[in-house]
Amino acid sequence: MRIPFSYSLRNLWARRLTTALTAAGLALVVFVFATVLMLEQGLRSTLVATGAYDNVLVIRRSAGTEVQSAIDRTQAGVVESQPEVSLGLDGQPLVSKEVLVLISLPKRDSGSPSNVVIRGATERGLVLRPQVQITQGRIWRPGSSEIVVGRSIADRFEGVAIGQQLRFGMRDWTVVGIFDAGKSGFDSEIWGDADQMMQAFRRVNFSSMVMRLNDPTAFDALKARLEADPRLTVEAKREKVFYEEQSEALARFIRYLGITLSIIFSVGAIIGAMITMYASVAARTGEIGTLRALGFQRGSILAAFLTEALLLGAVGGGVGVAMASSMQLITVSTVNWQSFSELAFSFDLTPKIIASAMAFAIGMGLLGGVLPAAQAARMKIVDSLRAA
Amino acid sequence: MFLKFILRNALRHRLRTSLTALGIFVAILAFGLLSTVIEAWFSGVNTASSSRIITRSSVSLVFPLPATYREKLRQVEGVTGVAGVNWFGGVYQETKNFFPQFAVDPEDYFPLYPEYLIPEADYKEFLRDRKGAIVGRKLADTYGWRVGDVVPLKGMIYPGNWEFVVRAIYEGRDSKVDTSQFFFHWDYLNERVKILMPRRANYYGLYVLGIADPDRAAETGRVIDAQFRNSLAETLTETERAFQLSFVSMVETLVVAIRVVSYLVIFIIMAVMANTMAMSARERLSEYATLKALGFKPFSVGGLIVGESMAIALIGGALGVIATFPVAEMFRRLVGSLFPVFEVSQATVMLQFVCAAVVGIVAAVIPSVRAARVQIAAGLRAVA
Repeated sequence: MRIPFSYSLRNLWARRLTTALTAAGLALVVFVFATVLMLEQGLRSTLVATGAYDNVLVIRRSAGTEVQSAIDRTQAGVVESQPEVSLGLDGQPLVSKEVLVLISLPKRDSGSPSNVVIRGATERGLVLRPQVQITQGRIWRPGSSEIVVGRSIADRFEGVAIGQQLRFGMRDWTVVGIFDAGKSGFDSEIWGDADQMMQAFRRVNFSSMVMRLNDPTAFDALKARLEADPRLTVEAKREKVFYEEQSEALARFIRYLGITLSIIFSVGAIIGAMITMYASVAARTGEIGTLRALGFQRGSILAAFLTEALLLGAVGGGVGVAMASSMQLITVSTVNWQSFSELAFSFDLTPKIIASAMAFAIGMGLLGGVLPAAQAARMKIVDSLRAA
Repeated sequence: MFLKFILRNALRHRLRTSLTALGIFVAILAFGLLSTVIEAWFSGVNTASSSRIITRSSVSLVFPLPATYREKLRQVEGVTGVAGVNWFGGVYQETKNFFPQFAVDPEDYFPLYPEYLIPEADYKEFLRDRKGAIVGRKLADTYGWRVGDVVPLKGMIYPGNWEFVVRAIYEGRDSKVDTSQFFFHWDYLNERVKILMPRRANYYGLYVLGIADPDRAAETGRVIDAQFRNSLAETLTETERAFQLSFVSMVETLVVAIRVVSYLVIFIIMAVMANTMAMSARERLSEYATLKALGFKPFSVGGLIVGESMAIALIGGALGVIATFPVAEMFRRLVGSLFPVFEVSQATVMLQFVCAAVVGIVAAVIPSVRAARVQIAAGLRAVA
């Protein structure tokens, strides 16, 4: 015969302070656990959204990042004349040859400088990245010292409002627009005219090339040909894969740190749950004896106390996930080590994260409840009745 | 008498007390480790010398400064030494084997860093060999390098395969000195760059300057920056400390997150501890009433609970502090060269004890107030 579910539920309610304290401990652990997963997820989705599957990014072999890369004009010419490259409406290949540099700008909240990517792009670059939309002002005029800034940059850095001027490369650059890149990495960049940028920075080489494939499956053939060509020292990657790789080190660091912390913290919370459940068992010794005398089996007692522990875990998990979901409103930005530049991203709550956070919480409750429940189930009827 | 009472009380529920102490132990240990991680992050800042300033491109670190600046910098008043430095960014065998590598002016660089102790004879060997390298003790131990070994690096910024010969191993003057760095001749880099990528030759990433009077660092910096204003490569000169701090502030968010989390763990354990004390106090309500009936003041009754809570917290905390040292050592071995300096500081230990004491006191507040206020008649009637 089973002990009714409401018995476990009411027991938790009967000792509200203890339940609340234990659940609070569990909730904090779940909060940390979920937050870390959300942060990692947010970082990944930001960088994954940056690339498109049928775009190919070409950089110098073993450069690793766009900023470190250099492609001279001869090589660029060879690359853009490949047959896999899609043609635009004007019959010209859909290729954007871009130049990237980093400049340091003061952050608005702390005033401390951080590295920001300046991308010298072309109009085709905008065609290749349809997620980039001008939301305020206008696009730069080709051949002018005008720049547009990404949404995250506009939000968190000084001196980048429309009409203001930035000084770098011995020139003053006027901000003429703000663009929204749909929460991708481009939101943390400043864009301008590629030719003007190259002049200002005295560069003769492009940093990277982006091009659209006319057939998304043709990538492998193109990559093999480009990398085997003796005239070229380049490597080709799908744009999406490239940006995913850019986030790898930071994402891995966040995940390892977060999981280590969660495990250490969970020890504390499990102990909390264990203390609560032991006390709960000890306080109800007489009650357990009565239940046994009434004919409830050991298994039923075990199940009832385990249910109580699971409920405790579930309450903690629910509160923790609810707290974590409020973190979605916050955007964080930090320097991505691989690209050495500032990147803004937000906490991203997915159903998978909710599920694993709840599983984690219930698991903690279960671990904390298993020993006390076993102790309750093992009690002898006579002894426990006498103890009361 | 009072103390004995507290200890006896604490030992009444051995299981509960030891579980709670274990919880405190874990929390204080975690707190200590996290504080140490943060300190390790700031280690470069704390060891920065006030007699060195750094001149770099005002736009950002990726823009180099011409090699011709070296002589101009040397002529600035108050500057005692100038050494150019380039970040090499090579990979040893695998990408995960990260350690900082710098191409430096060998005769000028090391005199600026008296905290690097290099055997005189080895240093001369290093100067003689253009492919020579000086590596830190910790780095050498990590990869098992000895003087005379050849170290191949794959260039990420300067493409190609580069070979270096370890000519000397430097020790730190004290344990705070970063001995995980790799230095080699700037000339070796530059000569090859001249052939392979002539446009990138004759540049330095930054200059390290020794100054005679640390109090005039800001003034010297202004003089230098004024000299190069409106040139192709404008400079930004700051103290070594400010320079190091700019790196830390880049990952500010992460540091803040770790700090928040380290206090969060204390909060979690506070909830656990408060729970334990609340349960104990509730069970003993009738005892407290008895004590009061015997004439003990409410203050003493409350003190019993605070004392018990403090005793458990401090015992758990002390064990946690003791365990921090071996665990930190283990962690240091695991992460390898990620943190150049990883040491549990005195401040961390103090903070750990303070946290344990605060947990002990805060956890006892509500139960002790409740016990102190208990009415004798009601308390005697109450059954746990």
